[in-house]
Amino acid sequence: MIILRFLARRLVYSLVVLVGVLILVFALAHLVPGDPVRIALGTRYTPEAYEALRHASGLDRPLPAQFVSYLGHAATGNLGVSFRNGDPVAQVLADRLPATVSLAVVGIVLALVVALPAGIYAASHEGRFSDLIVRVTSQFGVSIPDFWLGILLISLFSTTLGWLPTSGYRPLFDDPAGWLRHVILPGLTVGLVAAAIMTRYVRSAVLEVSAMGYVRTARSKGLPPRVVTLRHVVRNALVPILTITGIQLATILGGVIVVEVVFAWPGLGRLVYLSVAARDYPVIQGAVLLIAVLFLSVNLVVDVLYALVDPRIRLS
Amino acid sequence: MKRPANPVTVLSAAVVVAAAVIAVGAGWLVPYGINDVDVPQALRPPSGAHWFGTDELGRDVLSRVLTGLQASMTVAVVSVVCAAVVGTALGVTAGYRGGWLDTVVMRVVDVMFAFPVLLLAMAIVAVLGPGLGTTIAAISIVYVPIFARVARASTLAVREEPYVAVSRTMGTGTACIVARHVLPNITGPLIVQTSLSLAFAILSEAALSFLGLGIQPPQPSLGRMIFDSQGFVTLAWWMPVFPGLAIVVIVLACNLLGDGLRDVLDPKQRTMIEARRQS
Amino acid sequence: MSVLSVDNLSVRIGRRDIVRGVSLAVDPGQTLGIVGESGSGKSTTALAATGLLDAPGAVVTGSSVLAGQQELVGAPPRTLRRVHGGRIGFVFQDPGTSLNPLLTIERQITESLETHKHLTRRHARARALELLEAVGLPDPQRRLRSYPHQLSGGQRQRVMIAIALACDPELLIADEPTTALDVTTQAQIIALVRELQREFGTAVVWISHDLGVIGEVADDVAVLRGGEAVEQASVESIFDAPRQAYTRELLDARLVLGHPLRDVPGTATLLDVSELDVRFPVSTPTGRLVVHAVKDVSFRIRRGTTLGLVGESGSGKSTVAAALTGLVEPDGGRALLDGTDVLTVKRRERKAVRRRIGLVFQDSFSSLNPLIPVGVSIAEPMPARARDRQARVRELLDSVELPADYATRYPHELSGGERQRVNIARALAVQPELLILDEATASLDVSVQAKVLDLLTRLQQERGLTYLFIGHDLAVIERMSHDVLVLRGGESVEYRSAAELFAHPEHEYTRALLAAVPPARPGRATMT
Repeated sequence: MIILRFLARRLVYSLVVLVGVLILVFALAHLVPGDPVRIALGTRYTPEAYEALRHASGLDRPLPAQFVSYLGHAATGNLGVSFRNGDPVAQVLADRLPATVSLAVVGIVLALVVALPAGIYAASHEGRFSDLIVRVTSQFGVSIPDFWLGILLISLFSTTLGWLPTSGYRPLFDDPAGWLRHVILPGLTVGLVAAAIMTRYVRSAVLEVSAMGYVRTARSKGLPPRVVTLRHVVRNALVPILTITGIQLATILGGVIVVEVVFAWPGLGRLVYLSVAARDYPVIQGAVLLIAVLFLSVNLVVDVLYALVDPRIRLS
Repeated sequence: MKRPANPVTVLSAAVVVAAAVIAVGAGWLVPYGINDVDVPQALRPPSGAHWFGTDELGRDVLSRVLTGLQASMTVAVVSVVCAAVVGTALGVTAGYRGGWLDTVVMRVVDVMFAFPVLLLAMAIVAVLGPGLGTTIAAISIVYVPIFARVARASTLAVREEPYVAVSRTMGTGTACIVARHVLPNITGPLIVQTSLSLAFAILSEAALSFLGLGIQPPQPSLGRMIFDSQGFVTLAWWMPVFPGLAIVVIVLACNLLGDGLRDVLDPKQRTMIEARRQS
Repeated sequence: MSVLSVDNLSVRIGRRDIVRGVSLAVDPGQTLGIVGESGSGKSTTALAATGLLDAPGAVVTGSSVLAGQQELVGAPPRTLRRVHGGRIGFVFQDPGTSLNPLLTIERQITESLETHKHLTRRHARARALELLEAVGLPDPQRRLRSYPHQLSGGQRQRVMIAIALACDPELLIADEPTTALDVTTQAQIIALVRELQREFGTAVVWISHDLGVIGEVADDVAVLRGGEAVEQASVESIFDAPRQAYTRELLDARLVLGHPLRDVPGTATLLDVSELDVRFPVSTPTGRLVVHAVKDVSFRIRRGTTLGLVGESGSGKSTVAAALTGLVEPDGGRALLDGTDVLTVKRRERKAVRRRIGLVFQDSFSSLNPLIPVGVSIAEPMPARARDRQARVRELLDSVELPADYATRYPHELSGGERQRVNIARALAVQPELLILDEATASLDVSVQAKVLDLLTRLQQERGLTYLFIGHDLAVIERMSHDVLVLRGGESVEYRSAAELFAHPEHEYTRALLAAVPPARPGRATMT
């Protein structure tokens, strides 16, 4: 079947990129000037501790051998141990993952809920005042640093008005109401900026589709305007919009890092931040790898959706 | 082809130029020293003596904002120019030559695109240590891929144009074709991308400084100023607001300028299309 | 009573008058042909007259009455929506983009039926099947479930016609419906519309730039120029006794079959191509396919003569040109240009060999770098000696009948015909032995095309140039060629002297091509 061949191609492509990612991540630790083990030990340095940590991290073997064993370990989920506290990296990542995922999901849902209607509305009123308002607002949104927005939101809604907590996290399944209260501000911070970016792409995709010949054909059939907009314009614009959403995820994940720091949100982003400050290379490596893998997986899912939605891919 | 210039574009260009002037001349423009500690004057609201108020150590916020802006602009301009040069060279070569070179370059670009920009920059800074130089290096490296993609897409499109084909049939050499036909016709999208990347570079530098990984104190940076203001937001609203506004204004100006230039130079929207995936 | 009665229709967009005071009428069961060159306002007239014009800032004045009772100009959107599709059907030019790629054929027909006839899904599907059969689509049951990309251009246009006629409209507006199709497909579509019109009694407005097509389809003709109706009469009057100078100009500029070129007997061979074979890989989302574009094609071109290379789309004719000029790597064969094989040149000799063959493409605008003046483009192949170059550029401009001061102009400042002359001048700059013209006049207006062909003929006679003239328009090929090669699907179908081929075509494909060409005079039987 054609669709399987298409997906196979995309899968192979993702794997190739994944290998590149692994090489890059592996290289990170080895590009550090100076001796990472010594730096990690810092004041706790003793010759015995040094040798022990060095051996435990496998840093006393030749480079290619290290890479191969790194690959093998990564495949089985062994990503080393944290320099900071000795916990297995995989465990540390697993603990932080749900928080980041819930924040990213809230962010992207919020972004879509705002951007889709706004972008479609602006495109259908192109050139008019309402279009200008949407464009100016989204330009503003794109220009705001997310950490600044977060700080301002905290000072307004938490410190001044006291409606929402300033920081912290409640797991969704343990305490849904608490989760909601804590996720609102960080979610808004991530989501609003992402919404601004996506609105512009949605608008441009819709405009592009509106100029296509089949939209004129639809009008020439005397179809009601709502049918023309939904069945012909929006439905066809969803294809490029889907692609954009997948890519936007990378930006959202980047934004999530800073927002987690501002809101002391115990996710992967904050973990990376603390690990960079502490030079905890195994954790940095593991987190970077995980985030890249997440991104690639999401894009693979987008490809699957693509194949389902677009008959030109499904059938020869 | 002459149309009256869009007033928004002109205004944004003026703002960008003003920011450039500040970037160069901040040293002469600042009313106070950036590290003139004056504790009795700490946390004063904006006044005639201190237009942007003072921070928790009594330092003049306006002077620090101007100097911080200078630092941001410097980092952004240098990084983007480096990224543009390297990225364009890679993109044009990959696009025009094609073949295995194209595949290799594009796969590397794809790998870099698999990481969020900020994450990659943080990782690079983690390896090289924080500071002005590493920030510039990190942002340059991280922005090469987008330039490579835009340059490559534009090159591919130009390469398919009949006038390039005719040149090839006349026996014109590759270098000559690239210089005379390809490069001039891809500058449009590249200029637009430069303008947009400038905006993002300023945001990236601010984020890195906010996280303590960028420009180090006592050198002021807008991101760090916002970070430091976290404890004083309700006491001294001017401490986070002015640095933040400075960022918003300059980034907005760069974005609007980029959009305005796009209408003139890149009507086919190659920059936006490049944000979509290619494989 | 006319089905559509347009009175003094004017359309103004911004400060430009696109249509000025046009009046016309279509009678029931009749076809009105609107003919004009590009920019004549023919499409705008039809769209404005039926309330489908969607240009922002357009002001439409005048009157356009449907069936003697419904005024369409200025009618409220709701009324117009009932008319569109319900009482007036539309067929547009480009079958590639006129159908929604994500909807099945069935859906695209049934949505019209649901809106206007309020049919249920099941009834609508049955009617859609009927319509697909009526338009002659093979295997209609399967086609209902197909998507547009699975159909050929001709099949898609049949679907467009089915959609347009779905709700039994009184009027069909066909805007250049066959312009993007091959000549044989065009003939089929013309026959189809005629048959449907006979069966359903629909009035048709057929818009085209091609007088031959208009002559074949129309009962009455309106000639438009610059937004004005220059002449209107029955089709016979227009062709036999045109009253306006412009109409006469259009008729004269037309190329029709039956005017063969005088042969130049027995000169030496300049280009000897044997068993040219070209395949290339095409990348699709699902993998790579190999297209066998040219299959063992052989021909010769005699010095000082023209070989006409004829084929429809997908015949491989442009690939032949690409192989000869080095734009594409052939997989086999030889092409001896005066003894040297141009297909297998070594790197060092490549430049010298390339310059012996000149190339002119169809798209005159994209053939020139938009950022440099045309004089610089023309001078590009010349070696870099300044004073000499300027003089040579002037000489070349003169030889293509353009004034010398054009050298400093930019491509967008010239008209299509002028740009094509510049392209010819540039091709001649290297003094090539062979000039390949790949559909070089296909995009030009009829009157302009005639002049450029005259120029090419003159240059051939004066300079003894040899041409490979590639095209799909048989009348043009006949006018220009001494020998003809017909290609189909990459294979050589018939290869003879032009005189013999046009007088006594042997292969059935050649005969089909010739039969499909619209006749010189309207000869079709009118409706009975």
